[in-house]
Amino acid sequence: MKTLALFVVVITGAMLIYAGQDLPAFGDINSPSYQAPMTQYFIENSRTESGVTNIVTALLASYRGYDTLGETAVIFTAGMAVILLLRRRER
Amino acid sequence: MSRIQESVIIRTVVRIMVPFIQLFALYVIMHGASGPGGGFQGGVIFGAAIILYAMIYGIAEGKKKMSDALDKILASTGLTIFAATGLACIVCGGMFLQYHAVPLLPDPAKVSRYLIDLVEIGIGITVLAVMISLFFDISPPESEPEEAEE
Repeated sequence: MKTLALFVVVITGAMLIYAGQDLPAFGDINSPSYQAPMTQYFIENSRTESGVTNIVTALLASYRGYDTLGETAVIFTAGMAVILLLRRRER
Repeated sequence: MSRIQESVIIRTVVRIMVPFIQLFALYVIMHGASGPGGGFQGGVIFGAAIILYAMIYGIAEGKKKMSDALDKILASTGLTIFAATGLACIVCGGMFLQYHAVPLLPDPAKVSRYLIDLVEIGIGITVLAVMISLFFDISPPESEPEEAEE
């Protein structure tokens, strides 16, 4: 069983390293994420539209605010589920 | 485990460091609008400070700082702050989470900025409460909490 687990881990790691070779280089101007039209839009307009200098926060809290609300709800639901299942009640 | 908890060095360092970790967490939450940071990261750092304290001083001491009831209240408060901000935008005539619809200040971009800060605080409160409650619920019950006091 342990050899099987090691086998799976090694194979998965090798696959991830192999796939990582195809990622665009860091800061590569020709990578698809830089070439996408939305990237230019966010760089030019996110400051005036959301008033926030950090583009990541502007995307997270403003453009994708509904998604972030869902993420917070997921964390809240997970916490409540653990409380319901595992919390020891003292009498 | 108990040997680590009895170490004077670790107890002193933790007691001194916990307020600074909490201060840093507040900084990370409030800095989310202008640099790296945000509610998720800051909430986790704040939760880690309380978890560190509870690991060294014991679960019972930790629960004095953050009781089970407070945990539940905080977790739901944070999510409510977030959702209420979104609903306030609807009330003021915008769409859900359309921050600049709220007429708080003359400059809509500034309103958006402060409401984004408010939303980050809400995220932080929920994340820190859930982190701490996860730790308290998963940790094993203490056999003799009085023994570590000697």
